[in-house]
Amino acid sequence: MSDLPLIQADRAVPPPAATTSTGGRRRRLRLLSRTDRVVITLMVLVPLLIVTGFVWMPAAATVLLSGTNWDGIGPLNEIEFVGARNYSDVVNIYPPFVPAIQHNLLWLAALFVVATPFGMFLAVLLDKELRGSRFYQTALYLPVVLSLALIGFVWQLLYSRDQGLINAVFNSSIDWYGDSNVNIWAVMVASGWRHVGYIMLLYLAGLKGVDPSLREAASVDGASESRTFFRVVFPVLRPINIIVLVVTVIESLRAFDLVWVVNKGRNGLELISALVTQNVVGEASRIGFGSALATIMLVVSLVFITIYLATVMRENRE
Amino acid sequence: MSVDTPARRRRLTPPRILLHGFLIVVSLAWLFPIAWAVLTSLRSYDYTATNGYVSFGGWTFDNYVTAWRTAEFGQHFLNSVYITVPAVLLTLFLASCVAFVIARFSWKLNLVLLGVFTAANLLPQQALLIPLFRLFTEVPLPEFMSDSELLYDSYWGLILINVAFQCGFCVFVLSNYMKALPRDLYEAAMVDGASIWRQYWQVTMPLCRPALAALATLEVTWIYNEFFWATVLMRTGDKFPVTSSLNNLRGEFFTDNNLVSAGSVLVAIPTLVIFFMLQRHFVRGLTLGASKG
Repeated sequence: MSDLPLIQADRAVPPPAATTSTGGRRRRLRLLSRTDRVVITLMVLVPLLIVTGFVWMPAAATVLLSGTNWDGIGPLNEIEFVGARNYSDVVNIYPPFVPAIQHNLLWLAALFVVATPFGMFLAVLLDKELRGSRFYQTALYLPVVLSLALIGFVWQLLYSRDQGLINAVFNSSIDWYGDSNVNIWAVMVASGWRHVGYIMLLYLAGLKGVDPSLREAASVDGASESRTFFRVVFPVLRPINIIVLVVTVIESLRAFDLVWVVNKGRNGLELISALVTQNVVGEASRIGFGSALATIMLVVSLVFITIYLATVMRENRE
Repeated sequence: MSVDTPARRRRLTPPRILLHGFLIVVSLAWLFPIAWAVLTSLRSYDYTATNGYVSFGGWTFDNYVTAWRTAEFGQHFLNSVYITVPAVLLTLFLASCVAFVIARFSWKLNLVLLGVFTAANLLPQQALLIPLFRLFTEVPLPEFMSDSELLYDSYWGLILINVAFQCGFCVFVLSNYMKALPRDLYEAAMVDGASIWRQYWQVTMPLCRPALAALATLEVTWIYNEFFWATVLMRTGDKFPVTSSLNNLRGEFFTDNNLVSAGSVLVAIPTLVIFFMLQRHFVRGLTLGASKG
């Protein structure tokens, strides 16, 4: 679709030959009636205010609050700035923090090292236009339409200690969701189950967009199938690869629903997202402290969001 | 897209058989948890308690009846509708407005605008929770809008936060889509003296129907599946949408996996119906966002 001409309003009315581009723009603006200008302003302003008010302002407030000792109850003018104390408390005197970081990293590693390559592998197989390919695809991305909370319940039927299928088949008595040594692995399997389908879909879309002449040229040169993939197709998929990388990082950082339905992110299932939530809606409302945790999440995610935006913007400018 | 001839496709060489075998095994393994949930939901607790879960028999629909009644699914489904329908419509409307301006005019701020919206969609929700939680408990609403008289614990609050969060994805997809429309259309519309609003509503929007359909399908499943905001910004059990109500109801179900599975299947049914009916839109929506065009 990129071969279609992009819409450029500057060119909608050709500017007089002698004017510069800014002159042309000013001229075009004058062509818009007063109502048109009001309409354009409203069309941008209303959504912008909603997104700023409910996403960006709270994000900024989180960063500010992370430097205070606010308990969430007292009046705002009694807030004291305590500098980096919340951060040092998070690292030094908050036992769940280190496990949560480890679990988040483990989650990322599992999605990145196991689920993502497997999804890509399946996409490559399904790209061969096999008979019955529709059935395979549907089966694989069916979990993507289910909510992660629901996935937690569905897998409980396999994991439950007394009524679960796994223990019944293997005659074991492991409490997959309850045992703090194994439950993080159990929920990661459930999360990977969903992630594979999603990644497969993204790669399948990417592979369909690869110029077939590239492959033909490679096969004329006598390159094997795997060689063609790694040397020719994979490099062409670069934008998709970056998007998949970012999606995976952000998904593992945002992971929340699954551990929350299992045990509210306690007892072996600590994740940063769950700790933030516990500190706000739980018994203890430690605002500054929770905000420091949230700011850590925010900073990590913004790094990857920037990479993502740079990639897609570059793609779009072509 | 390479098109194999039927003859080439039908020829089953040993590697092809191996490939099919592998894909069938993986697909069945992927379907298994869902199939197992459906199977469990159709069996009575007493039968499985005496004969074990790996047995055959005890078929019944009672779990659905019990789950529906004790869990008040009727009310919770309605709550989901109250939240999902306005949220999806508002998201699509607002996002298409911004996307239109971004696509129709090439101003310097367009990239910034696109970035502000797209990045908002990717932030971790928990990182905004603390100020939002406070904000929601401070903003008053008249009683006819929310019986908590606050944005907190009201449908309005959930609709707003879902709109704010989902706008970014839709702006991104729609602006890409609109940029691909031929610009002659707008020249013709300008010559005819069409206002900006008419250019948006009567020229652009009808042409964006495929993208809007794909996004609508996707957003309905996402907002219906939304769990976090409802969990933290709602308090009254009766007002929970169905996805997050499951967690509150879990206590009642906890000892009875047959009931848990019936509840899970009931909650999954709307998304599964949408998925099977609008599969094409669903897939296109996801991939429209990931790769261009």
